[in-house]
Amino acid sequence: MINFQYLRTTSAKSALALLQKDKNSKFIAGGTNLIDLMKRGVTAPEKLIDINHVPLKQIELIGTKIHIGALATNSAVADHALIKEKLPLLSWALQAGASAQLRNVATVGGNMMQRTRCGYFYDTEMPCNKREAGSGCGALEGFNRMHAIFGTSDKCIAVHPSDMCVALVALDAEVVLLGPKGERKILFKDFHRLAGDTPQLDNNLKPDEMIVRVEIPLNNLAKHSYYLKVRDRASYAFALVSVAAGLELEDNKILSAHLAMGGVAHKPWRLTKAEEFLKGKEATEENFAQAAKLSMENAKGFGENNFKLKLAPNTIIEALNLAKRKA
Amino acid sequence: MHSSDNKKNSGDSRRDFLKKSSLITAVALTPSVAMKAAESQADEKFAELFEKIPLNITVNNKAYKASIEPRVTLLDYLREELHLTGTKKGCDHGQCGACTVHVDGARINSCLSLAVMNEGKKITTIEGLAKGEELHPMQQAFIKHDGFQCGYCTSGQIMSAVACVREGHTNSRAEISEYMSGNICRCGAYPNIVDAIVEVKEGGMNV
Repeated sequence: MINFQYLRTTSAKSALALLQKDKNSKFIAGGTNLIDLMKRGVTAPEKLIDINHVPLKQIELIGTKIHIGALATNSAVADHALIKEKLPLLSWALQAGASAQLRNVATVGGNMMQRTRCGYFYDTEMPCNKREAGSGCGALEGFNRMHAIFGTSDKCIAVHPSDMCVALVALDAEVVLLGPKGERKILFKDFHRLAGDTPQLDNNLKPDEMIVRVEIPLNNLAKHSYYLKVRDRASYAFALVSVAAGLELEDNKILSAHLAMGGVAHKPWRLTKAEEFLKGKEATEENFAQAAKLSMENAKGFGENNFKLKLAPNTIIEALNLAKRKA
Repeated sequence: MHSSDNKKNSGDSRRDFLKKSSLITAVALTPSVAMKAAESQADEKFAELFEKIPLNITVNNKAYKASIEPRVTLLDYLREELHLTGTKKGCDHGQCGACTVHVDGARINSCLSLAVMNEGKKITTIEGLAKGEELHPMQQAFIKHDGFQCGYCTSGQIMSAVACVREGHTNSRAEISEYMSGNICRCGAYPNIVDAIVEVKEGGMNV
């Protein structure tokens, strides 16, 4: 690993000031992705600002929203009584990601900021527009079994690897970003970007901003939600396809449906059309199948990942079935 | 380098360092970021890239003071500086769990943690589990159930297993497997590892 300067800070304000002072600096929280990237030479910041002592670890109910600080660890959130009771979908998504060791260190903000696990992004000998703009995309016609089927561009077909983020999108989360002019709040579904012509940009966080917390509105989905992750082994692997499903049911009628998919796009992929279709309908296998079909419009395979065109709708149907049965 | 470390807070020491060191050798051994920095901002930045950071850390109940480069991982610090080689380097990328240690009671991959991020923390490694000659119950259970073959992953497995029991994620064999999935065993001793954890859990032993 190329050496770097290391600074520690205890307040968000001073963290931001340090970041703004030097554009070659990066925050480090858990570091579980950043240190890996630095070891592989994918990134080489000149300065690391350790923000682990900034007080942003809160998990609390304020009014009708649950606030989670950007530095709360994945395991602290997943195991928190409030989250398990009110937002079990988030807890399950977190438990489906990484390993117990990584979750003890990885933070909510870091989870959002983690980079794709595309092999071409990690291999510095290979072309990758995300790592080095303009160098090309090795995955387009290469090994692309793990890659995107929605919202792709001819510059990049990488997927965002997070499970947590898929659940946050399904749960209508908002994310609060702190910049030089104070806080701004955006819908979390608008935090990550599609690759388009700028695959080097994963999200809409500005270079002089930091994530401070996420806010999730309370909902009536706890009884009927499920996070279904399909992967190459039973545990501790990135998703081929994952679905976060939450249903608000009255008898068998769907009052509202919340659906997002992981492993299929450059960002957590919300299934808006399916949600709209299911609203007011009966929770039947037939309607679930129709919702899945609607979700697959404009899906496109790139060879090795063509199997996702079948796997994705099947996963949507199964996740909805499991969410319905859960009580 | 040591002379500059001792008074590294003084601005003079950086210049001293540059004067005293062989600049040519340093440049030849310096990666490109340092080179670029050296070109753009002259000696200040260049010198800072060699700066060491003070570290106070407790490992297996013993307090240590060190001065280390920020890029040193907790794993390398434990193995190379403290010579606690029970903690193993497997993949070095957080994928295998061989480097698992406890930090303030929580299991983590020491390969993905910078040593300097653990300032003031209490670390427990495999060397810290036994009480003198008396093995920890999890160590005994691994021997009894043949929870290993080559043994390379074993320290990580045992550290993870102890944490797994303490966390209470041992309500079924399936739950144990799920919560032990961050520890890979190439020899495939998984069923025996689960047997060992079940025994410790059911024995109600103080872990």
